[in-house]
Amino acid sequence: MARLTSLEDLERYRQEVLARRDPKKPCVTICSGTGCRAYKSEKVAHAFQAELEAKGLAGKVDVRRTGCHGFCERGPIVVMLPEETCYLKVKVEDVPELVAETLVGGKVVERLLYRTDAGEGVVHENDIPFYKHQTRLLFHDNLRIDPTNLDDYLAVGGYGALAKALGSMTPEQVVAEVKKSNLRGRGGAGFPAGVKWETTRNSPGDERYVLVNADEGDPGAYMDRSILEGNPHSVLEGFIIGGYAIGARTGYVYVRQEYPLAVENLIGALDDLHEAGLLGENILGTGFSFEILIYRGAGAFVSGESSALMSSIEGKVGEPRPKYIRTSVKGLFDKPSNLNNVETWANVPLIISRGAEWFAGIGTEGSKGTKVFSLVGKVNNTGLVEVPMGMSLRRIVFDIGGGIREGRAFKAVQTGGPSGGVIPESMLDLPVDFDELTKVGSMMGSGGMIVMDDNTCMPDVAKYFLEFLADESCGKCVPCREGVWQMLQILTRMVKGEGREGDVELLEDLSTTVQDASLCALGQSAPNPVLSSIHYFRDEYRAHVEEKRCPALVCKALTSYWVDPDKCIACGLCKKNCPVGAISGEKKQVHVVDQALCTKCDTCFQVCPPKTRAVTKLSGQPVPKPPEDLAVRAAKGKKG
Amino acid sequence: MSAPAQTAEAPGAPVKLTIDGRSVEAREGMTVLQAAREAGIEIPTLCYLEELSGYGSCRLCLVEVKAGRRTRTVVSCLYPVEEGLEVQTETEKIAHHRKLILELLAARWDRVDPALLKKYGADPERFAKHTTYCILCGLCVRQCAEIEGKNVLGFIGRGTERQVVVYPELAAKFCAQCAKGREMPCLEVCPTGVITSEFAAAGLTLPDKLPVAYPVCIKDDDNLRDVAKKVGDV
Ligand code: SF4
Ligand code: SF4
Ligand code: FES
Repeated sequence: MARLTSLEDLERYRQEVLARRDPKKPCVTICSGTGCRAYKSEKVAHAFQAELEAKGLAGKVDVRRTGCHGFCERGPIVVMLPEETCYLKVKVEDVPELVAETLVGGKVVERLLYRTDAGEGVVHENDIPFYKHQTRLLFHDNLRIDPTNLDDYLAVGGYGALAKALGSMTPEQVVAEVKKSNLRGRGGAGFPAGVKWETTRNSPGDERYVLVNADEGDPGAYMDRSILEGNPHSVLEGFIIGGYAIGARTGYVYVRQEYPLAVENLIGALDDLHEAGLLGENILGTGFSFEILIYRGAGAFVSGESSALMSSIEGKVGEPRPKYIRTSVKGLFDKPSNLNNVETWANVPLIISRGAEWFAGIGTEGSKGTKVFSLVGKVNNTGLVEVPMGMSLRRIVFDIGGGIREGRAFKAVQTGGPSGGVIPESMLDLPVDFDELTKVGSMMGSGGMIVMDDNTCMPDVAKYFLEFLADESCGKCVPCREGVWQMLQILTRMVKGEGREGDVELLEDLSTTVQDASLCALGQSAPNPVLSSIHYFRDEYRAHVEEKRCPALVCKALTSYWVDPDKCIACGLCKKNCPVGAISGEKKQVHVVDQALCTKCDTCFQVCPPKTRAVTKLSGQPVPKPPEDLAVRAAKGKKG
Repeated sequence: MSAPAQTAEAPGAPVKLTIDGRSVEAREGMTVLQAAREAGIEIPTLCYLEELSGYGSCRLCLVEVKAGRRTRTVVSCLYPVEEGLEVQTETEKIAHHRKLILELLAARWDRVDPALLKKYGADPERFAKHTTYCILCGLCVRQCAEIEGKNVLGFIGRGTERQVVVYPELAAKFCAQCAKGREMPCLEVCPTGVITSEFAAAGLTLPDKLPVAYPVCIKDDDNLRDVAKKVGDV
C-alpha cells in the first residue's frame, strides 16, 4: 500500500477499504489462536479453501483466519458471517457439510452448535452462555480481524484513536484523558496508568522509553498472548499513542520467546505499519516519530518483574534489582521509562476514541473498564473471559463458567496466578476488582482464575503453587530463595503425613518475613497462596498436622482404600482393574484391599459401579479388618 | 550494576536525615548504610563490601524508612539517603526478619556468626538443613568482575538450584596471574570460605573435553573434594 502521509490520507484509505468490502458477502472465519491451532484449525481452514474452490465458490465467500475467541476448549471455532452462525469443535470432515448446508443452503448444521443443558442448539456466538454474560471490549473485534491484515483492523476503525490523538490532542491532553479514565495497570499491581505516564513524561531527561510487558508467565493464563496474537494492532495503537503522550521516540515490546505466533504476528504488524506510514519517521505527517523494537525474553517468570525485564533488555541477566528510584524516573538505560502490560495498552485506543467518561462508566468505583480472566479448573466452560470490573465471582464461575464439572461442589477459586490467593465459597458474591481481591487476601494479578471443587486439598494446592514459585524464584535474595524453599519443605512434610506441631505457625512466621523482606514482587507475593489458604481453611491444615488426616481425601500418604463389606457386590471390577493386584476376592465374596500392596492409584475407586460405591477412601482412621465371613451381603450381587 | 561502588570522595550536596532518632549528616549519593556507618551506627551486612557494587541479596541490612507518610522496609546498602528521611535500624519487625534470615542462612551454612545468632535469638536448627556452604552472596563474582575486570566466576541456575561456578577456560587464563604474590582476592572476600585455594591453583591443566562450568558450591565433603580435584589439578 502507499504510504499514508496525513490524517486525511488515513481516513480516505479507510473508506477505500470499506468500499471494497461488501458486508453482506459471506465469510467463514476460523479461529487461529494457539488454542484452536492445537485442535488443527489450520487444517480446517485449508479444507474450507479447498472445498470452496471445488464448489466454484472461491471468489464468492471469504475465508478469514482470526484471533482467539476465548472459548478455546471448544475449538476449532468457526463463525459464518454475516449471520454469525457459530460452530464449535469443527473437524476437517465437517467442512463439506458446512459449505453445502450453511453457505449454499442457508441452513444451520445443528450437530455442531453449542448445546444448552436442556439440549437446545445455540446458533449465535453471543447467545452462548459463555459469551452472553461477557462484555468484550478488547476481544469482540477478534472475530472480524485477521491479525496479519492491517486492512481488517482499519475496517473496524483501527488507528482512529491514534489519528485523533495526533491530530487533535496535545500529549498532555492524552495523558490527562488516560488519567481521567482511571485505567489501572492490568499486569498485576493495578497502579493507575495515567499517573505513571505523567511521572514518566515529567521526569527530567531528553530521552525516555515506553515498554510493553508481554512476558506473561502465569501457568494457565494466556490473555496477553491471545490479545497479541489475535489483535496485535490494538496493542500497538495504544502503544504508539502512549509513546506520543509520554514523549518517547522508542518503544520496546518484551515478549517471551515461547510465544512464536505472537512474535510472528507482531513482526508482521510492525512491517505493515512502517509501510503504511503509521510508524517510523513523521507519522501521518504530524511530525511525531516513533520506533518499536521487539525484544524476545527467555521466558522466565521473574523476567516479567519490571526491573528484571529492563535488565534483560539492557543485555544483563534478567534479575530483579531493588528499585528505590522508580523506573518512571530512572528505568531502562537509566532513562525515564513507562512499562505497561499488553492488556493495559490495548485499552488505550478505546479510551482515546470513546473518551475517558465512557470508560470510567464501566466497572467499579476503584477499578474501571473490563478485565480479561483466564477461567480454568473444574468449571464446565473454560477459556478467556472478559467482564466488567466488579462482576461477582459467582456470576463468573456459574453463569459464564457454567458451574462446577460433574455436578460437584464448589470449594474455592484461586485468583491472581500462582502468587495469588484462594477465595472460599462464602465469598462468592465478592465483586471482582483490584481492591476487593486485595482485601480478601488475594489479588488481581494478571487475571488467572482457577476454580476448585471439593476434591481439592488446600495444603496440597498451596504446595503446588509454591513448587512453581520455588522453581521460578531467581534465587538472588535469601528470603525468597531459602524461605520459599523451606515453606515448601514444611508443606511437603504435611501432605506426607509428617506434619509437626507448630508447622502452621511456622509457615505463617516464614511468610511474614518472605513477604516483607524479599527483593522483588515474586518473593513478596509468594506466601499469598499459603497465607490465604491457611486463613480460610485452617481446619484443613490442622487436620493434616494433628490428626494426620486429609479431609478432602487427596493426600495419598494420608488416604487408604477400603472396600465396604456391606456394599460390595463382588462384581470383581476393582480386582480386575487394580494394576498391582492388591485386591483379592472370589465370586460372591467381599473383595479386600491389601493395604501393603496398594499404591493408591485410585483405579478401584473409579471403577467401582456408581450404584454400589463400595470402594471407599478413608483418612485419619484405621482401616477396618476384613470381615471373617466374606460372603457378599449386598442385595443384588452380580458376578463379574 | 545496580548501584556503582560509592567512593568516599564522591562529593555531593549535604543531606540531613535521622537514624534511630539521631540526626545524621550525609552527602547526596550515599546509601543509608554508609551514612549509618559513618555515624557509628552498626547494621549487620553480609553481601556488602564497600569496594564493590551494591547487590542487596542477603537482606540482613534491612531497615525501616519513613519518607513522607509512608513507612517501608528497605535494604540500607542500596537505599539512597534523602533529605528528611527517618530511618529505624532495629525495630521489632526488623529484628524478627533478621532472626529469620539468619535461621535460613544457617540451614545452608553451619558457621553463621554465633554472636549474631545470639543477638537476634535465632535458632539455627529451626529449618531443614541443606548445607552447601556457599550462601550466594555474590561477593566473589563481583570482586572478580569489578576489581579484577575478569569474569571467571558467575552464577548459573535459579531458585535453590542457583550456584556460583568457575568457568575453567577463563580460570586457566586469569587465576594464576591473579594469585601471583598474594592471596586470591576472591578467596579473601568469600565470607564462608567455600572457595578452596585448590580451585584456582596456578597453572592448572585442562582435560580434553571442557565442561562448561564447575560449581564452587559444595554439597558435602565428597563433592568438595570432587570439585577441587576437577578444577584444581586435572
Ligand atoms: S524475591 Fe525471589 S525472584 Fe525476587 S529477587 Fe529475591 S530471589 Fe529473586
Ligand atoms: S563462593 Fe563465597 S563469596 Fe562467592 S557467592 Fe558463595 S559465599 Fe559468596
Ligand atoms: S548487605 Fe544489604 S542486602 Fe546484603
